[in-house]
Amino acid sequence: MQQPKSQLHFFALLYMGWCLLWAFIQFFILRYYGLTFSQSVRDAALTQSVIMLDGYVILTIVRYFRHTWKNSAYIIASSLMLAYLGWVGLNEVLTYFPADENYLTWLKNVTVIRFVFMALMVVITGVQGWVLVYIREQQQNELLLKENERMVREAELSDLRQQLQPHFLFNSLNSISALAATDSTLARKMIEQLSDFLRGTVKKNANQLVLLSEELQHLQLYLDIEKVRFGHRLVTNIKADEAALSLRLPSLLLQPLVENAIKFGLYDTIGEVIISLEAKATQGYLFVEIKNPFDAETSIPKTGTGFGLRSVKRRLSLLFYRNDLLTTEQKENFYITTIKIPQKELVTEN
Amino acid sequence: MTKVIIIDDEPLARGIVREYIGAYPQLEIVAECDNGFEGVKAIAGYQPDLIFLDIQMPKINGFEMLELIENPPAVIFTTAFDEFAIKAFDAHAIDYLLKPFSKDRFEKAISKWLGAQSRPLPEGLSEEASSPESHNRVVVKKGQNIVVLPVQRIHYFEAFDDYIKIHTAEGFYLKKKTMAYFEKTLDAAQFVRVHRSYLLNLQELTRIEPLEKDNHVALLKNGTRVPLSQSGYAKLKSVLGI
Repeated sequence: MQQPKSQLHFFALLYMGWCLLWAFIQFFILRYYGLTFSQSVRDAALTQSVIMLDGYVILTIVRYFRHTWKNSAYIIASSLMLAYLGWVGLNEVLTYFPADENYLTWLKNVTVIRFVFMALMVVITGVQGWVLVYIREQQQNELLLKENERMVREAELSDLRQQLQPHFLFNSLNSISALAATDSTLARKMIEQLSDFLRGTVKKNANQLVLLSEELQHLQLYLDIEKVRFGHRLVTNIKADEAALSLRLPSLLLQPLVENAIKFGLYDTIGEVIISLEAKATQGYLFVEIKNPFDAETSIPKTGTGFGLRSVKRRLSLLFYRNDLLTTEQKENFYITTIKIPQKELVTEN
Repeated sequence: MTKVIIIDDEPLARGIVREYIGAYPQLEIVAECDNGFEGVKAIAGYQPDLIFLDIQMPKINGFEMLELIENPPAVIFTTAFDEFAIKAFDAHAIDYLLKPFSKDRFEKAISKWLGAQSRPLPEGLSEEASSPESHNRVVVKKGQNIVVLPVQRIHYFEAFDDYIKIHTAEGFYLKKKTMAYFEKTLDAAQFVRVHRSYLLNLQELTRIEPLEKDNHVALLKNGTRVPLSQSGYAKLKSVLGI
């Protein structure tokens, strides 16, 4: 597990401070029990140095172990072992210095307490380190998971958006091919419209938010092309409140809905088809209602939720974490798709 | 003179076929239709030798339109959908033109047709030629009217000589198909072949009653009784999970 250098230094300093604090405490206790100044300093300094050394070793071990429950037992065992080794060494070193009888007797008397104290300190250090690293690992895992989720979401979003129907493209090219022989001006105009439309669909990002006015402009290009294809059969009626025009919505959201309405309307009825779109601003929402006629007699309800609708619904739930933003209803011989885009939760992610 | 009909819902798409046909003085366009209903009428009226047929059209698609015609003329499909090519050839199409197509490609289709004329055309449509929508609707003819039946409205299918009787709440319709065709194209979870001569919509089933010894009948919501064969009874039980 890699940790930032600065953070490591911070923890090392903190740990040294901790040991220094205990050195002071020990010094005053020893003075209280009647040891000389130099004896107290030497004892406290050496004890805490050994504890610090043990602590360093145990923390190093902790950092490179996998954090399972079985390993936590090993950590405690190694802490005890280290404390024991330190204790033996410390006793050796302390008796090595010139000392009076009094001090030596005292050393013997406190030797068990000293061991218990040292063992406790090292075990606490080991366990603390273990817990810290464990928490950090969990956090890191969580971050990885979140990052992963975000990437999946983004991939899905861009996937959902790029569902431009190839049939639309081929049929439009076929119309242009026909116009090339009969009306070259109109053919050229249609090529321009198609280019503008395609440019609009490729340049936008999956979770980019655009103004309704921009989105409607883009939609108009699409509708103009469809009108050339279907001639007088297709009539569109687009209305938007002044206030709604400056509200935002995810880019390229309306086109698949309108495409769905056109397909549904044109292929389910004979004669002229009116597709209407109405946009309103209400209580923090942008409401868009798209209406197409259909034949309630012969239509199959299932086909109403075609891929266009499903992908828009999925996009909305990925962007807003809500499933109630797209609704459909059948009223007499009309099929109505309504979307509402919450305005206050809108945050541009790019 | 050879009579030709163009059936496509997009005027410009018809225009391009018209333009290419202009190069063949022996071909005469007798009608242009913008949907399958008109197509059926025009074909009955003009008896054309060749039709150019789009697939995606209002109300009924090109395949469904062909199903309604007794002796269909030679067909060249014109469509932007390449996924139906195999179905189109199952429907004995002369050729399958993918929009947008070139004049060269069009000429190739015409020469294919001229070549095919010397051979007799196979009779009618092959059973495998199911249309893209055929799993959720059936198109039938009642007198001069064409009726599009969503499968939910069909109670059951009954074999009737060379025809199939399609029973609905409003009575039955006849269609020249086979039981095997419907069994194959419709959703097997909804339509179960309960008898050699019966294909049953499970939504209509209310009860299974024993008749005598090993025989059973299915009771439908409208009171009709449909006989179950032994294997049909077993199949019904396994689909219903009993």
